[in-house]
Amino acid sequence: MVLETTEMTLNTTELLAIPLLPLLGALVVGLFGWAIKDTLSHWITCVCVILSALLSIDVFIQVLDGAEFYGNFWTWMAAGDFVVQIGMMIDPLTAIMMMTVTVVSACVHIYTIGYMHGDAGYPRFFAYISAFTFSMLVLVMGNSFFTLFFGWEAVGLFSYLLIGFWYKKDSANVAAMKAFIVNRVGDFGFAIGILAVWYYFGTVDYREVFAAVPALVESASSMSFLGWEIDTITFICLALFVGAMGKSGQVPLHIWLPDSMEGPTPISALIHAATMVTAGVFMVARLSPMFEFSEVALAVVIIVGAVTAFMCATIGLVQNDIKRVIAYSTCSQLGYMFVACGVSAYSAGIFHLMTHAYFKALLFLAAGSVIHAVMNNQDIRKMGKLRKFMPITYATMLLAALALSGVPPFAGFWSKDLIIESAMLREMGWVSEFAYYALLSGVFMTAFYTFRMFFLTFHNSDRVPVETKSHLHESPKVITIPLVILAVGAVVSGIWGVFMLDITNAEIVQGFFRDSIFVMDEHNPLITLALHGSHAWYHFAFTAPFWLAIGGIGLAYAMYFRETKMPAKIAATFPAIYTFLLNKWYWDEMYDRFIVRPTRRLGAFFWKTGDLGMIDQGMIHGGVVNTVKNGAALLRNIQSGMIYHYAYAMVIGVFGLLTYLLLNA
Amino acid sequence: MVPLSSFLIIGAALFSIGIVGLFLNRKNVITILMCIELMLLAVNINFAAFSHFLGDISGQIMVFFVLTVAAAEVAVGLAILVAYYRQRRSIAIEDINTLQG
Amino acid sequence: MLETAFFNLFGGLAIAAALGVILSANTMHSVMWLILCFFNASGLFFLLDAEFLGIILILIYVGAVMVLFMFVVMMLEVNVAKKREGWLQYLPVGGMVSLILFIELVAASTSGLFGSEKMATAAHLGKEVSNTEEIGKVLYTQYLLAFEIAAIILLVALVGAIVLTLRERKDAKYQNISKQVQVRKEDRLRKVSM
Repeated sequence: MVLETTEMTLNTTELLAIPLLPLLGALVVGLFGWAIKDTLSHWITCVCVILSALLSIDVFIQVLDGAEFYGNFWTWMAAGDFVVQIGMMIDPLTAIMMMTVTVVSACVHIYTIGYMHGDAGYPRFFAYISAFTFSMLVLVMGNSFFTLFFGWEAVGLFSYLLIGFWYKKDSANVAAMKAFIVNRVGDFGFAIGILAVWYYFGTVDYREVFAAVPALVESASSMSFLGWEIDTITFICLALFVGAMGKSGQVPLHIWLPDSMEGPTPISALIHAATMVTAGVFMVARLSPMFEFSEVALAVVIIVGAVTAFMCATIGLVQNDIKRVIAYSTCSQLGYMFVACGVSAYSAGIFHLMTHAYFKALLFLAAGSVIHAVMNNQDIRKMGKLRKFMPITYATMLLAALALSGVPPFAGFWSKDLIIESAMLREMGWVSEFAYYALLSGVFMTAFYTFRMFFLTFHNSDRVPVETKSHLHESPKVITIPLVILAVGAVVSGIWGVFMLDITNAEIVQGFFRDSIFVMDEHNPLITLALHGSHAWYHFAFTAPFWLAIGGIGLAYAMYFRETKMPAKIAATFPAIYTFLLNKWYWDEMYDRFIVRPTRRLGAFFWKTGDLGMIDQGMIHGGVVNTVKNGAALLRNIQSGMIYHYAYAMVIGVFGLLTYLLLNA
Repeated sequence: MVPLSSFLIIGAALFSIGIVGLFLNRKNVITILMCIELMLLAVNINFAAFSHFLGDISGQIMVFFVLTVAAAEVAVGLAILVAYYRQRRSIAIEDINTLQG
Repeated sequence: MLETAFFNLFGGLAIAAALGVILSANTMHSVMWLILCFFNASGLFFLLDAEFLGIILILIYVGAVMVLFMFVVMMLEVNVAKKREGWLQYLPVGGMVSLILFIELVAASTSGLFGSEKMATAAHLGKEVSNTEEIGKVLYTQYLLAFEIAAIILLVALVGAIVLTLRERKDAKYQNISKQVQVRKEDRLRKVSM
C-alpha cells in the first residue's frame, strides 16, 4: 500500500539532520536554558541552525543536479489498515523552501543575539525560534498530509508562543490569542480538507493522492455540502485553501497578522514575513496536482489573493506604526503569491515567496534595528532624519524597499512582474482581469507606502523625542551582519532565480521545478508569456508595473522626503476615506460586532442559566452542586472508622446476596 | 442413615451462631476471631459433607486449604492483637476506630 | 441407627458448644467451648469418611490454634466485667440477620438438589481404602501448585507473626508519636534575655 523508498540519491542522515538539528538546539536550550545561561544558549541554537542552513544549501545544490528523495523513515501510527508514516519528499520545491527557511532563520538567530540582549526570557526565545524552525522544516519536507498538518499546527503553536513572548504585556497576550483563534478557524477547514482527502483517496501520502486525483476527476465525483452539490475535488481544494487563508493572512482571516506585530521584531521577520505565513502558498503549490483540476478553486484563490493584495495595500498607505506598515505589506504580497498560484503560475508564486522572504525579512530586521535605536518606539511620526545615525541600516533598508517596490534589478521586480504578467495572460474572464488590475494598483501603492515609511523614518524632519536623542546609534555587528547577508539576497535572488535557476521556464518540467509542480498546458500562462517573448530582461521599461512603481516612489518622494503639508491636506480633503483606511476597513469592528459579541452573549447565557442556574443553584433543590454535596455528607457517615461497622456491612452484604440468589433460584 | 441435608443444617446453624457472635461481642476481638473460626468450621463441615455425598475427594482438599488459611489468619490476627494491645492497652473493637480517613 | 445417634450427639453438642462460645462472659470459657465444638466437628468428619481431616482438626486446631488462643487470652488479661456491658445492643439486628440467614440456608439445603430424598445416603468406604492416602494422591499431583502456595502462605504468616510481636529492646530509644504531635512551642522554646 505504502510506497517505499524510491530515489535514494540524497543522504538520509543529512536530510534527517536538517530538521533535527534545530529541534536538538530547541530541546537543550528550552529544557536547560535556566542552567546554561544566555551565552551558551545562543551559541547552541545558532550553531545548530547555521549547520542546518549549510546542509540545506548542500541539499539544494544536489537537487539542482537532479537528485531527489522520497521515502518513509518510521511509522507514526498504525490502526488497522490506516497507517501513517513519517517520511520526506525532497524535490526542487521542497529544496528551495528549505533553503529559504533555514537561511532566513539563521540570519534571524544571529540578529536575535543583539536584539534580545538582556531580555529576561533570552534562552526561552531561542528555544522557541529553533523549535519553530524545526516545525517549519517538517511542514515543507514531509511527504504526507499528516506531516504537513503536524508542521502546520506546530508553527501555529510557536507563532502563538512568540507573539505572546512578552507575556506580561496585555496587548501581546491578546494578539497571541487572536492569532491562535483566527488560525483555528482556518485550521478547521484545513483539517476537514485533509479528512476529505483521506476519505476519498484512502491515503494521505502525497504521491498516492496525486496519482489518484485524475481518476477521481474522471469519475465526476461530487458531494453534497450544506445542501449544495459540489465537485469533490473542488470541495477538498477549497477546504484546504481555508487553512491557507488563515495561515497566510488572507481576507477575511487576515486580521491576526498585523496584530502579531506585538511580538519581538525577529519573529515578525522570521515567522510573520518570511516563513510561516508563506506556508499557505507553499501548500497550494505543493498540491498543484489537485488545484489544477478545479477551476472553481483556482478562481477562489485568485479572488481572495487579489482582494487581499489590494485591500491590505490601501490600509498600508496610512498606518503610522513602522511594523504595521510592513505587516500589511506582507499580507498584500501574500495576496500576490496566491494570485500567482491561482493563475497556475505556481513557479512564479514560489519565486516571489523566496525573494519576498529575503527582502521582507530584511525590511523587518532593519525596522527592528531602527526600533532598537529609538528605544522601542514604533511610531514613524516620532522618527525622522535617522540616516546619519545608522548608515548600514539605512542602506540595507533602502535596498529592501527598492526590492519590495519592484524596481529593477532588485529581487522583487523579477518575481512580481512575472506574477502580474501571468495574471494578464491567463484567460479566466473577469476573474483574471480583476486580479490584474488589483495587482497593478497594488504595485503603485506598495511603492508609495514603502517609501513613505522609509522617508518618514530616515529623512523628513527630525521628530525624535529629546530624551531618546542621546541613545541614537548604529546597531551592533550581530544586528548589521544579518542585515547585510539578507541584503545580498534581496539584491541578487531575483536575477539569480531568473538567469541561473531558470525558474521562469514555461516548460516547468525542463525548468527548475521539474515535476514537483503540475500545471495543465492549457492553464499555463508562462507558455503564453514565452510565446510573446516579453519577459526578457530588457523589457521592463515598457511595462506598466515598472512605471507604476516609479510613480509611487516619486509621489512618496514629493510628499514625504521633506516635511510638507501635502499629507495632512490630502487627509483633510478625503476624511471619510482616510478614516476608513486608518481603521483598516473596519474589519476588527465588524468581527467584534457580528462574531465576538454574539459569542460572548451566548457564553454569558450558558454561564448564567446553565452554570449558575442549573448546576450551582436553582433547579432541583439547590442544584447539582448542593445535591452532590449533601449526598456526599450522608454517604460520609458510612465511613465511621469503626472496624466492626465494616464487618457488619460485609455480613449484611452476604446476607443480601444470598437472599437475592435464593429468590431468583 | 443421615442425609446430606442434616449435615448442611448443622453447618448453617454453626454459621448463623458465628454471625450472632460477631454482633454480640464488641468488647473483645479474641471472641470475634473465635466466631470467625466457627464460621470457617461450618464451611468445612459443608465441604466434607459434599465430598462424601458426591464421592469426590476434592472437597476434602478444600477443607485442608481452608484449615491452612485459617491457621495463618489466626496466627497473624493474634499477633496484630498483641501488638495492638501493647500500643493501646485495650482490645475492644469499639476502640479500633482509627480507620477513618 | 447407630450412625444417626452419633450424628445427633455430635451435631447437638457442636451447636451447644458454639452457643457457649458466643454467650459465655469469660473469654477463657469461650475458648474451652470452642475446643469442645472442634471435637464434635471432628466426630462429624469421621461420620463423613474424612478420617484424616478429623484427626487434623484435633491435632492442629485443638493442639495448636486453640492453645495459641489460650496463651493470648491469658497474656492480655482482659477485663471481664467490662466485656459484658451493652452486649445486647446489637442483638436485634444480629439476631434478625442470622435467623433469616439460617432459615434461608436450611431452606436451600433441604429442598431441590440437596433435598433429603435426593441425597439420602452415600455408601461408606471399606477399611481397605485409606482416606489419608487418597488425599495425598490428589494433593501432591492435581493440587500441587495450590499446596505450594498454601505452604508459602503459612511461611508468610509465620514471619509476619514474628515481626508483629517483636518487642523493641528496652535500652533502645523510642519515639512517642502522640507526644510529638502534641508538643507545643513553649515546650521547646525558651526566651533568653541577653
